[in-house]
Amino acid sequence: MSRALVLHLGLIAVLFAAAFLLPAYHHGNLARIMVLAVYAMGYNILFGYAGLLSLGHAMFFAAGMYGMGLTVRYWDWPMILALPFGTLAAAALALLVAVLALRTAGVAFMIVTLMFSQAGFLVILYFNPITRGDEGFVIPQAARRLAGLDLSDPMNRYLAALVLFSVVLLACHRLVLSRLGRVLVAIRENEERARLLGYDVWAHKLGAVVLSGSVAGAAGAAYGALFGSVGASFAEVPFSILPLLYVLAGGAGTVIGPFVGTAFMFYLRDLAGTVTDAHMLVAGAALIALTLFARRGLMGLVRARWAGWLP
Amino acid sequence: MTKSATSKVGRRAVLAGLGAAAAMPGLTRYVQAQSSEPIRIGFQVHRTGIGAAYGRWYDRTSKAAVKVINAAGGINGRPIELVTEDDGTDPKRGAEVVEKFATAHRADVVFGTLFSHVVIGSAPRAGELKLPYFVVSEGHHVASGMLNRYTLQPGITDVKSQVQAMAPFVADNLGKKVAMIFPDFAFGHDHRDFFSAAIAKQGGEVVAKIAIPPTESSFTKYFARIPRDTEVLYHVMVGPAVLTFVKEMGEFFGASRPEIFGFLDSLEAVDLATPGLEFLDGTYFWEGNPRYAQADQSAHDKFFREAVGVDANGASVSDAKDVSTYSHMFGCWETLHVIKAGMEAAGYQGPADRAKLIEAIEAMGPMAESRAHPQGAKRFNGKTHQTFGHQFISQVEGGRLVLRHRTSIEDTLYPDEVDYTTRPL
Repeated sequence: MSRALVLHLGLIAVLFAAAFLLPAYHHGNLARIMVLAVYAMGYNILFGYAGLLSLGHAMFFAAGMYGMGLTVRYWDWPMILALPFGTLAAAALALLVAVLALRTAGVAFMIVTLMFSQAGFLVILYFNPITRGDEGFVIPQAARRLAGLDLSDPMNRYLAALVLFSVVLLACHRLVLSRLGRVLVAIRENEERARLLGYDVWAHKLGAVVLSGSVAGAAGAAYGALFGSVGASFAEVPFSILPLLYVLAGGAGTVIGPFVGTAFMFYLRDLAGTVTDAHMLVAGAALIALTLFARRGLMGLVRARWAGWLP
Repeated sequence: MTKSATSKVGRRAVLAGLGAAAAMPGLTRYVQAQSSEPIRIGFQVHRTGIGAAYGRWYDRTSKAAVKVINAAGGINGRPIELVTEDDGTDPKRGAEVVEKFATAHRADVVFGTLFSHVVIGSAPRAGELKLPYFVVSEGHHVASGMLNRYTLQPGITDVKSQVQAMAPFVADNLGKKVAMIFPDFAFGHDHRDFFSAAIAKQGGEVVAKIAIPPTESSFTKYFARIPRDTEVLYHVMVGPAVLTFVKEMGEFFGASRPEIFGFLDSLEAVDLATPGLEFLDGTYFWEGNPRYAQADQSAHDKFFREAVGVDANGASVSDAKDVSTYSHMFGCWETLHVIKAGMEAAGYQGPADRAKLIEAIEAMGPMAESRAHPQGAKRFNGKTHQTFGHQFISQVEGGRLVLRHRTSIEDTLYPDEVDYTTRPL
């Protein structure tokens, strides 16, 4: 068993133990952090490994959330169907966006994804009679059951978040060590050279966008199911910036970095908010400090200094 | 012998027990909790984000209410301690803040949320945590049955009751052919749907429903869609483009305008003397509570203004340019007084009594106009968890709002859409 696999399994074991040891407040926070970290891991597939900077990932998160929420709200679908449907909805949207957005690159790709995301947000508002627009809607507690478990129960919620987080973490670990993952890194490092080597760059990028969007969608569906509400604010531009911050803080192109970054930014926001209203100023200062002193993020720094084997 | 020995041991045990009890901080704390430990009220406030202007005044009003309540002996003799957290006017952070109040701050109850999307994002967590959650939002979400047994709105009326209560005045005094301009999101759609139904009952009709996209910054092209035979223009706009909206409306209509009726949500925290708003002179507004002290101002409103630090023009006594959100902020004051009354009725001692508190508030009915309810009398509906009260219609006259009509509470009532009391605690 490789050191990297031991590390990732160790993290899962620590998080499992934490379910029984943490006080209620941090227990709840960690459940939320794990789901948001899944969102960030999805983002990291595209940004950290394929080198494509999207400013519109909130549309995939929201597609998953609304795909799950609307089927529960209008058709009383059980979670066992609604959660995968949300993920599929995000995958389909990602495929559509990828086909169009991958005609561009660099800054243009950022702008096109931003515009698509804004269009997605406006679609939610436009279909207000169905989506309840900006207000959103509540997923009734009775509908939040999976395999007989009440997802609104703190322990069930935590363990459900842990299962999703573990599956995505190990899948990402597997992905980056696979041929596909290595080709994505090759494209990130030198797209022309990858093409010259005979790889279909466009198809690999397409796959990366769809995979990344699907994981973001799974996070969105899970977030709505675990925390009980669906809303358009999860489709707004700031929610597209969050996974970028999480990944930059934790370390782009590291499997464990998105979790570290999400936890770091979550608690930074939480603690700063108790000291000052200008909590975003504190977050900004922390990001500037990271940019100056740990340009590759926290886990990027660890990899550069102490653990070159870190995937 | 046996008796003596038993007696000796017993005396020692009693003494040791008393000594240990005196040294046990936990027990001391428990005893104190019954007498003087503060009631911790979590205040979820929009300090940042789009709701910051409201949040600033909700904060001032709540602190003033706590000061008044504490000066009068607190709740059951215990002072209120307000624990404040900023939710950034963001539903995601709102839910996190509710969890923080419950598990980190150990708050007894939470109150204060205004924006509907934040309420809807936060309320499910409050329900799961069985944490009484008092919103000051005026959204119809509580009374619609969307939320849960632990979420209540006892201090401010909801948009459905406000809007329907306007229809009789509009139809009788301004006209029966109404064109509506509203923002194209849930808040605007509530106005569209509730008012359309209400004006139809008065024999009127909505001749145009013009939705403004939320990202819009220029409005003239929308005014061109208003039918020529419109007698009343009903507008409810929010956000930073309000001033542009009013200015362009003035340029479009000039002197030949229809009657204009709006909701003051458009101009909360905005000085009516702001250049560009002159066009509003002679138009009508709904107010939740008259911003300008009226000639027949009640003693309770006078007391409320002084306690919060608001002058007769609805601005801060320390800065005349700092205009309050007077149509909404009384809701914080009244909600805190309802919490006090509910806790006292329930004999509230601590979190174990939260269910009793909910039941005590559900049992409340009429609330008389008083220092606790300076906006006016209320009628709380325990089944729908929503309060009902008077609404005000004012006319702009010389840059001031002058009260023209005060609705009855009956004008605001509608059939129950939910009975929360049937849901488990």
